[in-house]
Amino acid sequence: MDALLTGLSLAVTPENLLYAVLGVMLGTAVGVLPGIGPAMTVALLLPVTYNVEPSAALILFAGIYYGGMYGGSTTSILLNTPGESSSVITALEGNKMAKTGRAAQALATAAIGSFVAGTIGTILLVALAPTVAEWVVVLGAPSYFALMVLALLAVTTVLGSSRLRGFIALALGLTIGLVGTATGQPRLTFGNPLLADGIDIVVVAVAIFAVGEALWVAAHLRRRPLEIIPVGRPWMDRADWGRSWKPWLRGTAWGFPFGALPAGGAEMPTFLSYVTERRLAGKHRDEFGKGAIEGVAGPEAANNASAAGTLVPLLAIGLPTTATAAVILAAMQGYGLQPGPQLFEAEPELVWTLLASLFVANTLLLVINLPLAPLWARLLRTPRPYLYAGILFFAVLGAYSVNFQWFDVALLVLFGVLGFAMRRFGVPVLPLIVGVILEPRLEEQLGQALQLSRGDVSALWSEPVAVIVYVVVAALLLWPLVLRLIPGRQGPERLADAVDALEEEVRR
Amino acid sequence: MTVVVGWTPDARGHAALVRSAREALAHREDLLVVNATTGTAAVDDRFASSADVSEVQAMLESLGVEAQIRQAVARDIAEELVAIADEVGASLLVIGIRHRSPVGKLLLGSTAQRILLGAQCPVLAVKAPDAPGR
Repeated sequence: MDALLTGLSLAVTPENLLYAVLGVMLGTAVGVLPGIGPAMTVALLLPVTYNVEPSAALILFAGIYYGGMYGGSTTSILLNTPGESSSVITALEGNKMAKTGRAAQALATAAIGSFVAGTIGTILLVALAPTVAEWVVVLGAPSYFALMVLALLAVTTVLGSSRLRGFIALALGLTIGLVGTATGQPRLTFGNPLLADGIDIVVVAVAIFAVGEALWVAAHLRRRPLEIIPVGRPWMDRADWGRSWKPWLRGTAWGFPFGALPAGGAEMPTFLSYVTERRLAGKHRDEFGKGAIEGVAGPEAANNASAAGTLVPLLAIGLPTTATAAVILAAMQGYGLQPGPQLFEAEPELVWTLLASLFVANTLLLVINLPLAPLWARLLRTPRPYLYAGILFFAVLGAYSVNFQWFDVALLVLFGVLGFAMRRFGVPVLPLIVGVILEPRLEEQLGQALQLSRGDVSALWSEPVAVIVYVVVAALLLWPLVLRLIPGRQGPERLADAVDALEEEVRR
Repeated sequence: MTVVVGWTPDARGHAALVRSAREALAHREDLLVVNATTGTAAVDDRFASSADVSEVQAMLESLGVEAQIRQAVARDIAEELVAIADEVGASLLVIGIRHRSPVGKLLLGSTAQRILLGAQCPVLAVKAPDAPGR
């Protein structure tokens, strides 16, 4: 508690407060704009970290992360196009509410629900992260290795449209991570001395998120404009409050654990929250599909709670489970900070300032978003060529500033084309980016485990935690096969299919 | 023969629409209402919503004009309007114009000017009534 108060006093210094405000404004803006998300924004801002204090940069990034979750709901509700993948479910009921003239209430329940869930989630994070870090500190290299394998497989298999595509992305990511001379002999450097130090994660992240997306948008530049629903200031009456508070809490209960598990992401808990609310709606059940406030309140709370939950494995173990968390991890590594148990020991001030600033950011978001929602919606009128010209400019600048050599810009273009191709063929980018970031540490832990055992491979399952994790990994891999073997159980296998099925059911 | 009008759901577009309806009635011609956008922004206020379109449809019907409404996503709005006028062999093309500041003229090309120079048929330029010729 003392540590948190110290952190709070550091978080509200004018400088850090400024970064928090900047972060939440930027985060909301990119959340509102479809296609531009917090992951891309944090990636573009990675070069900023060369000139800014670690705590300030992390506060900025955390603000962007939380803000992105808020902004996405505005677009979902007013435009029926989710600004963020975590807001897909919100559009189901939110846009229906807006069409029946209840946009103000939908925006209000989303914003206040996000605040409630974000605050509860952050409290849970503060309570859990140090404890988890204490447990993890006793683990040896084999257990770490197993945990990283689990994280990689989880982001590859649980989300996305197909396992095969997920594994293609993961293989690409691990291969990019291999480039360099980390082991003494050159690997995949093609005799090029410029590749000897490996490929900088900044270049890969910026290329995949920013350049890939810019090329993708350029290929689909002209689209029929969407009809936006005009809205005033968000507000709710007593009945809306009465119908919203329980979904907020239930959404939080879904969101936080899913964020905290190595198989994070906000898609699954928002979906589950929606299904739960629909089942529990009672006399309001008929309103689902026509604009039920519960269907906005629950999923919006779930996605913010999961954002807070994601920070538990990120800070306590050093495992990223979402794209944004992965890029934040890259930023921490850029500072020479190794997230995980050591971080709480070595940099308590930094950690607690970051945690305290999450509360600050969350409060700022409520203050900024409630009155300004119509203003944020105006951002949608920005012509895409202006937006993406700016993004490409910063992408090139960022890639060049890594080592001040043209070679990185060439790599940026190469990986940008790869990012475009991945979008074109529906290959998810998350496994790639997590693969690139975790590969060196995966290898380090593997090397350490094998060194201690003098090359005996059985050392990898010599710790009980490692064995448990491998059982979970096996379950994760075999689950769909088992499902297929059980007759009469042909439910939708993938989350995307389940969402489609749900949409169809609701429309009827 | 057909009168073509470049329409946007604002005062300028309304002035052009009313005038074009009057021309169509006077000469017993059809009216083709064109509403175009470059489609580069997620939301474009000058692209008519379905509510705007049905409102205009009702208005033209009550005036007794034989009218069609076409919405287009085009690379260049001036070129698109001229191309549509050529395609239907328009007898007249009606557009709404506005006063522009010197800086605005410097920064952006004028759609109206390119329509005036590019169209094969006569072009009638109309100003919104509440924007007197400054």
